[in-house]
Amino acid sequence: MTAIDDYRSDVENQWCPGCPNFGILTALKRALVALDRAPHEVCLVSGIGQAAKLPHYLAANVFNGLHGRAVPAAIGIAVANPALTTIVTSGDGDLYGEGGNHLLHALRRNPDLTVVVHNNQIYALTKGQAAPTTPRGERTRLQFDGVELDPARMLATAIVHDCTFVARGFAGEIDELAQMLEQAIAHRGLSIVEVIQPCITWGNHPVDWYRERIEPVGDDHDPADRAAAIALTLRAPDRLVTGILYRTAERPTFATSYRDRVGATPMAELPPVDRATLEGRLASFTIGKASS
Amino acid sequence: MRDLSIFIAGAAGEGIQTIGDVVARAFLRHGYPVFASQEFESRIRGGNSSVRIRIGDEATNAPTETADVLLAVNARALEHYRPALRPNGLSIAPDEVDGADLVRVPFAELAAEHGSAIFANAVAAGALCPAISLPLTALEATLAETFADKGEKTVAGNVAAARAGFAVASDQLADRRADDVPPQPNRYAFTSAHDVIPIAAAASGCRFIAAYPMSPSTGIITAFARHPELGVFAEQAEDEIAAIHMALGAIAAGARAMTATSGGGFALMTEAISLAGMIETPVVIVLAQRPGPATGLPTRTAQEDLLFALRAGHGEFPKVLLAPSDPQSAIDLTARAFDLADRYQTPVILLTDQYLADSRFSLERLTLPADATGARFADPAALDDYARYRFTDDGISPRLYFGQSEHLVVLDSDEHTETGHLTEDLVEARPAMVEKRLEKGHRLTRAIAPPASDGVEDADLVLVGWGSTKGAIDEAVARLRADGQRIGALHFTELWPLPTIEPRDGVRYWTVEGNATGQFAGLLESSTDLEIEGRIGRYDGLPITAETILEAIS
Repeated sequence: MTAIDDYRSDVENQWCPGCPNFGILTALKRALVALDRAPHEVCLVSGIGQAAKLPHYLAANVFNGLHGRAVPAAIGIAVANPALTTIVTSGDGDLYGEGGNHLLHALRRNPDLTVVVHNNQIYALTKGQAAPTTPRGERTRLQFDGVELDPARMLATAIVHDCTFVARGFAGEIDELAQMLEQAIAHRGLSIVEVIQPCITWGNHPVDWYRERIEPVGDDHDPADRAAAIALTLRAPDRLVTGILYRTAERPTFATSYRDRVGATPMAELPPVDRATLEGRLASFTIGKASS
Repeated sequence: MRDLSIFIAGAAGEGIQTIGDVVARAFLRHGYPVFASQEFESRIRGGNSSVRIRIGDEATNAPTETADVLLAVNARALEHYRPALRPNGLSIAPDEVDGADLVRVPFAELAAEHGSAIFANAVAAGALCPAISLPLTALEATLAETFADKGEKTVAGNVAAARAGFAVASDQLADRRADDVPPQPNRYAFTSAHDVIPIAAAASGCRFIAAYPMSPSTGIITAFARHPELGVFAEQAEDEIAAIHMALGAIAAGARAMTATSGGGFALMTEAISLAGMIETPVVIVLAQRPGPATGLPTRTAQEDLLFALRAGHGEFPKVLLAPSDPQSAIDLTARAFDLADRYQTPVILLTDQYLADSRFSLERLTLPADATGARFADPAALDDYARYRFTDDGISPRLYFGQSEHLVVLDSDEHTETGHLTEDLVEARPAMVEKRLEKGHRLTRAIAPPASDGVEDADLVLVGWGSTKGAIDEAVARLRADGQRIGALHFTELWPLPTIEPRDGVRYWTVEGNATGQFAGLLESSTDLEIEGRIGRYDGLPITAETILEAIS
């Protein structure tokens, strides 16, 4: 059995003391322990930002790549070694901004990944510029007169694209978040969990401001009801509805036809392609009469 | 037979590729080597394009500027390409075209008489036969083979149309018609560099390609998709950035992986090339060059991205540049690319171009790389405390993939410690990591192969080229030697790290390359003791030919 201590990392944590990111870290470890995944069976993928440092703070395989590129790297990882539990943990700026196009197309591919979006509505590592999620009108250290763009509605976009697991959590509710992540990781296909993670240094609002706006999804919500789920996501930023907003029947995951052909073996362990097949391909270019 | 150059010219969508293909195959079936290149506009219909075929007793795998026979399927093509006709050359054109010294063939009417406008290609190919000494029977057999899967009626229609074209052209040629060439008992592999790169990649254990369609690189991912028996997962990414990051992820998880693109897409990939240098990931990138800047000439050829490829990626890290010269060289260097990338855990760029992508060479044989090695990994059982970036004498650390064992693999684009975790230790970790990465580059320099050398010992003048220009340079050298000149050639297919070159006293060195600024010449002058006396460059979008070189030298 995997224990929470197995995930302990000796790497010095660089987050601000009291950062809600710590809550996400704790919840993720608990989810992995609950699923009994050993650290070497897990690959954490991130881009750049404060949230993107999370993979260093627990024991696991890590691909901490470039800003915005966590999702394509994770897709490559998941295809090459489907035995891994591949989880993207990065910020809203990374996943919705610099990497927005990749997330959009990941929705179409439906890779077997969990994407955890740390949504703090601000750029923290670069010290306080607007994120794609910053509400219109809020002042930042770059948008001095207030943001003049509407926030990205990426959860609605995900549901529109029939992402089969879409949830929103709150970093201040660790138990609920851990359970939500557990379900997301266990779900086959692309799961997106956006976690409200107030920035205590650069954010425009204290944690309590968010807590007042958090509203757990009601028991009457049917997660298979796409229109209702979209409506719930669109209540942000006034009401931040948390819980599993959309969950529907699993659909074929990315690379299914390839895996149907070669099985689930990691690419590194597949036997070499038959030499005669390759020689045959090469010979197909030969034309002419055999010399007698 | 005498060496023959044939241009088949027309608008995009008029079937000149089909005509060229059938004629080329007919000669190959008859036992003669064929070299076929094409130049075309970036459009689906209209414009001026040509398929160019060279035939002889011996293969001359190089492009040429001029034609003995021009088949123009429309009047505009005749006007456009006729200046390329050699003295005493022959033109074949539609019968509505006026003018002296033409073989005029009613392509459309003859096709219609045989049941369909689509037989016009067969009429044209038939009309070519008497002009190029190709026996009609060889063409008929090729048509039957080509259209076999379309049914007997289609085969019969094509054959009858070819005979009609043959008859009309034969009558007009009369005494200008030479005897048919005799059959030869020869077989040739007729293929392009891009046709064989996917096969060589599969033989090297490649399992993954992600790419975004861009001329002239698209054929590579297409071949993987068309031939699932190669065992390579092929994904069309949303952009080139995603393509290369997918490949990097796949490699980190244990696959050998590659991507392929052209200049603009390669520009998007540069951040990831730097990442590959930092996380020491062995990615192979095919950079199929075309003329720039920006969109440039999408369907034309160039060697303009050498220095860009060399400098691609911010920061300092080792990199390998390879540039094949023909299909066999493409096979060998594809295997070499995967091997060097793997051995030195760093990106390798294979520089091809539109000319190599779209030209089919005749080679007596094609040989696969020795064995399908696949990626090399350390033995996890032999490692106690695993650290992905363990310091070693040669800078090469034991590599494991995600999930290979209980050892955790940590890759970070930030500067990192031996364990892969980010660090700001400027005193020890940072300088040591820089030196570790660069040490791999020093070792690579010793691993790189010298250029192919031809007659340099006895030469007054040495032509220096790289990559796709080899055929043209070889042809120019042969012609100059036949003229009594003492001429040699140095040809580079392993470009970077630059192999050691010792200049010879009293020898003049001239570079030959497909760009305007002499990029390789500059590289040689800045990195070796070679002094370049002359720089032959071509930058109009067409490949370097022997004529280009001979004219520049004279």
